[in-house]
Amino acid sequence: MSRVAMTVNGRKVSRECEDRTLLVHFLRDHLSLTGTHVGCDTSQCGACVVYMDGRAVKSCTILAAQAAGSEILTIEGLAAGGDLHPVQAAFKANHGLQCGFCTPGMVMSAVDMINRYGADLDEKTVRENLEGNICRCTGYHNIVKAILAAAQEMGAAGRQAAE
Amino acid sequence: MGVEGIGARVARKEDKRFLTGKGHYTDDMAVPGMRYAAFVRSPHAHARIRSIDVSQAEDMPGVVGVLTGREMLDDGIGNLICGWMIHSKDGSPMKMGAWRPIAHETVRYVGDAVAIVVADSVGEARDAAEAVAVDYEVLPAVTDTVAALEDGQPQLHPEAPNNLIYDWQIGDGAAVDAALAAAAHVTEMRIVNNRLAPNPMEPRAALGIYDAGEDHYTCYTTSQNPHVARLVMSAFYNVAPENKLRVIAPDVGGGFGSKIYIYPEEISCLWASKRTGVPVKWTCDRTEAFLTDAHGRDHVSTVKMAFDADHRIIGLKVDTIANFGAYMSLFSAAVPTYLYATLLSGQYDIPAIHANVRAVYTNTVAVDAYRGAGRPEATYLLERTMETAARELGLSPAELRRINFIRTFPHQTPVIMNYDAGDYEASLKAAMAEADWDGFPARKAEAASRGKKRGIGMSCYIEACGIAPSAAVGSLGAGVGLWESAEVRVNAVGTIEVLTGSHSHGQGHETTFAQLVADRFGVPIDSVSIVHGDTDKVQMGMGTYGSRSGAVGMSAVVKALDKVEAKAKKIAAHLMEADESDIVIENGALKVAGTDKSVPWFQMALAAYTAHNLPAGMEPGLKEGAFYDPSNFTFPAGCYICEVEVDPETGKTEIVQFVAADDFGNIINPMIVEGQVHGGLAQGIGQALLEGVHYDRETGQLLTASYMDYAMPRADDLPSFKVSHQVTPCPNNPLGIKGCGEAGAIGSPPALINAITDAIGNNDLDMPATPQKVWAAARAAAN
Repeated sequence: MSRVAMTVNGRKVSRECEDRTLLVHFLRDHLSLTGTHVGCDTSQCGACVVYMDGRAVKSCTILAAQAAGSEILTIEGLAAGGDLHPVQAAFKANHGLQCGFCTPGMVMSAVDMINRYGADLDEKTVRENLEGNICRCTGYHNIVKAILAAAQEMGAAGRQAAE
Repeated sequence: MGVEGIGARVARKEDKRFLTGKGHYTDDMAVPGMRYAAFVRSPHAHARIRSIDVSQAEDMPGVVGVLTGREMLDDGIGNLICGWMIHSKDGSPMKMGAWRPIAHETVRYVGDAVAIVVADSVGEARDAAEAVAVDYEVLPAVTDTVAALEDGQPQLHPEAPNNLIYDWQIGDGAAVDAALAAAAHVTEMRIVNNRLAPNPMEPRAALGIYDAGEDHYTCYTTSQNPHVARLVMSAFYNVAPENKLRVIAPDVGGGFGSKIYIYPEEISCLWASKRTGVPVKWTCDRTEAFLTDAHGRDHVSTVKMAFDADHRIIGLKVDTIANFGAYMSLFSAAVPTYLYATLLSGQYDIPAIHANVRAVYTNTVAVDAYRGAGRPEATYLLERTMETAARELGLSPAELRRINFIRTFPHQTPVIMNYDAGDYEASLKAAMAEADWDGFPARKAEAASRGKKRGIGMSCYIEACGIAPSAAVGSLGAGVGLWESAEVRVNAVGTIEVLTGSHSHGQGHETTFAQLVADRFGVPIDSVSIVHGDTDKVQMGMGTYGSRSGAVGMSAVVKALDKVEAKAKKIAAHLMEADESDIVIENGALKVAGTDKSVPWFQMALAAYTAHNLPAGMEPGLKEGAFYDPSNFTFPAGCYICEVEVDPETGKTEIVQFVAADDFGNIINPMIVEGQVHGGLAQGIGQALLEGVHYDRETGQLLTASYMDYAMPRADDLPSFKVSHQVTPCPNNPLGIKGCGEAGAIGSPPALINAITDAIGNNDLDMPATPQKVWAAARAAAN
């Protein structure tokens, strides 16, 4: 057992956990942040994607101890006190989710993708960049649509802010 | 329809919690004192258990208890059962081998449970599970569908000689033989329907909580039908009487059929909770899911289709072997019989059909209903055969289908089904227009100039949804009725709760069921809550599968709404001193037609509960329930067209367009219906192009037990889809709806394989059409 401390969604936390505890289980079982999901055990499905120091990572592939001292952002913290982040809103408006299980990881990956590509995203790029996230319900059609819509909106908002 | 009524593209009420990480899935549940379970599982496909030594495991850190199948047997926990009785053609009942939740004598597939370990953490439970010493006498195994019936093969169950579960038939064999003898042309094929793993993204989980003070059990579980789970665990598995067992299926992350069944793990967690005195939670990992979730499909068939000189089908003969795995799962018996052979008429007027189906045991995990359940197998067989026949006869695939379409309704097929309504030509026409069928030769020529082989294929499917009526399915062997229940509670402030026995695990019931209420009473959907998935809240229900929630579940809601409306109008008429027949309900108010008199909805509701001024003799309150038992199946149908480009150098197939034209009858929320089609298409395309479960033939080891080995469809494997709807309302339910959950998975595989075989000029291609197979088939055709 070790004590692991980090900042999660802007809040400093510290918990005792088994050395083998993965970051995803630290979040789920020790902090009750159950929005981050586990859908596989080979780092393929992406249901566990969170941000670690600003980078999208699969939290099933990182020990909690490796994340000690870092800043973690999970799906619960994404809207930053608002109602819905623009990507969350776009998923809702475009019916980009059904059972909701892959959704937190999808949304986190989508935000990361939009941050990297901006409003210039096209369908092919979105589909290629979703390689690490598996959805069994939607056939990805409306997820792709939602990400493109969110990229447009965030790009427009970004330009407005710059002007 | 109003902005939130029937037909409106309403964004989903349930989305916010899923999008913000506030969903409540079974593995998210935590209760005081909760411990974690891990199962010891057989590493062998077939073995006798000589002994189990748990002593070392019991001494491991954090271990609360280690329990075996022998102790479970001693406590009187029953065998798992199949709930649908099929009789062989010789009149004998199907041969159901004993399935213990935890094996104590023989294991029959890799993953069969032999012990459960309960410990303080998941890690400690798994460590201890590895320390349980099981001495196995390894036996030879058989995993192949056809080989299982051959002489000298390993035998799985003493109850089933030659591994044969049943040998069943339907239709008129002599009439079909006569048609084949008289035919101007016969198309013959061998069709393999590949075995699939359903793979909902949420792995199965169960939390069993035993309350010693009340002698009461609570089970949180990943179920599509919590009431059936309670019924089965109570009536057959002797876990607890129904009044002492509460089953809750909270948010469930997809099912696709695989979460219909009652598995050993939830029974074991409940039983272990009583045995150990602590709440016990088990969550499977993905490899465990591949090993233990019921698989789908796995049919091997031969087909002969007879045509007269005018290209009309005059007879169809089908012989199918269906692999059931090591044990008969809950619905398994019905899948290759009443959900498969009864759909072999497709969209065509076929005077004579005969199907023979043999179900077999193999040393693999159980096979049961997976999205479509029998109907994808029937459609694949029929639509591959139609396309092949068109090629052999030198007709366009559309023309051959048109010649044979059923055009008048109702239509009685020779295999039980009575189709109530449809317009197959309309969907065919819409799909061909959307796909620009006529422009294909030019696109093919253009692709050829780039060195690519372009092909086009179609599929015209029919399915039967909302299995019913109960008396009919009972006469065919079903162990349950297939009605649905609903209760509508109008609160004193006018808000409304709708309780349904249907279960939503992605289908969006919280929105679409609320749309029915908004449409009826003109109240906002935010004032309507849908309650489901808890046996303490909803008295009884049959759950969600077979695209039944709309046609059956919503019809029950409509029946209950009828009763609420009638009482509400009586109250309003009394309050306004008007005649009941003059009351209309609009925009959240009850009005006297042709006057300016009205009572707001909430005021009528309040009057029902204050009961100060009700019509003489009327009971206070406003709450009505209904059970709805449909009079027939519903029959969604449609036409799918797929266009592909194959790279002959690599064998890689690219889907360049996929068109779906479906008739689901009336539609409550087009956005949600389109989403269901998209998801179904992805699963069907997955089956045709990517997915396949493989067991090692010698050892019975599962070779595709992770996402590294089992090719799930990813975003870059799929195109965006072109989806449209044609509408012939279902005449047999109050909303005129047919069901849309499975169509995509049913209609898409043959369209895709027809397109690839068209592209490469070789019809000899089985699913999944991996690049390796396509490359080899293309080369064989070229040489």
